[in-house]
Amino acid sequence: MAAESGKIDPMHQFLIEPMFGKEWAIAGHNVAFTNSALWMVVTLVAIWVFMLGGMKRELIPGRWQVMVESMTGFISGMMATNIGPEGKKFTPYVFSLFMFILIGNIMGMMPTGIVGVHPFTVTSHLTITGVLAIVSFSIVLIVGFAKHKLHFFSLFIPHGTPGYMIPLIFLIELFSFLIRPFSLGLRLFVAMTAGHILMKVLAGFVINGLNAGALTIAIVTIPSFVLMIGITLLELLVCVIQAYVFALLTSLYLNDAVNLH
Amino acid sequence: MDAASAKLIGAGLAAIGVGIAALGVGNVFGSFLESALRNPAAADGQQGRLFIGFAAAELLGLLAFVVAMILLFVA
Repeated sequence: MAAESGKIDPMHQFLIEPMFGKEWAIAGHNVAFTNSALWMVVTLVAIWVFMLGGMKRELIPGRWQVMVESMTGFISGMMATNIGPEGKKFTPYVFSLFMFILIGNIMGMMPTGIVGVHPFTVTSHLTITGVLAIVSFSIVLIVGFAKHKLHFFSLFIPHGTPGYMIPLIFLIELFSFLIRPFSLGLRLFVAMTAGHILMKVLAGFVINGLNAGALTIAIVTIPSFVLMIGITLLELLVCVIQAYVFALLTSLYLNDAVNLH
Repeated sequence: MDAASAKLIGAGLAAIGVGIAALGVGNVFGSFLESALRNPAAADGQQGRLFIGFAAAELLGLLAFVVAMILLFVA
């Protein structure tokens, strides 16, 4: 690593590097196949293998099929409780979103570094989480306006608002509605980035401590290493929670669009 | 005070916000656990709301973290 320099750059792991196709361009924009694209492909292949293994439709499900069915059942149950019977048609979208974020998060935590392939967390970039959030927000807008026409704006005025308060409440609710895609994308991006920076900083303590003599190993390296194991477990939990929160908030926003209040 | 040290102090001050968000997240889960122990039968139905509260409390801490990162690496 960067042991010889004595300073470890925790931001280096987020660097996007072109792997091949550096000269590819569409309308003047470079569209090289980057490490980010590679890990998105890895994520998609992992989801594909996971789903194919469980879609055998056996009458008595094996372990793999139970795993897949509990995932789909989890999302369809979430849609049923949050949106109601009309939520069923959004299940495929929310399921794809949940699986992509979950597997993308977990792929970034994989210890492939020990065989020389450095993992890249696709969800640690605002471009990717932002696009996911914009897609969710667009679906909310399209569904809301298609279903309720201009009546959709009544979403911004809660029931029983006094007449003189309507302009103020309308502005506040409109603002809190428009901020949703930002908060949705930012939450996932920052949670993943923060966790990975923390782990790299602790890894820096471990490596620099190892180079600094026996006393430092006892005081710094071993406690940092133990803490790092705990933080890694916490990060795996955060991976799952953030994917769940993204899917849950998407379903809540869809509920607003489908059922108004 | 030169600009570089002011940036570092600002990033350190932003870390206070992250710590305060930790209080908020702890409060969300603590209150949930407290009431879940009083009425365990109703607890499972409220898990969605638990995570909405968690997400809202966590977001504000993450915003403080973003401020610190912008000060350190962008500004």
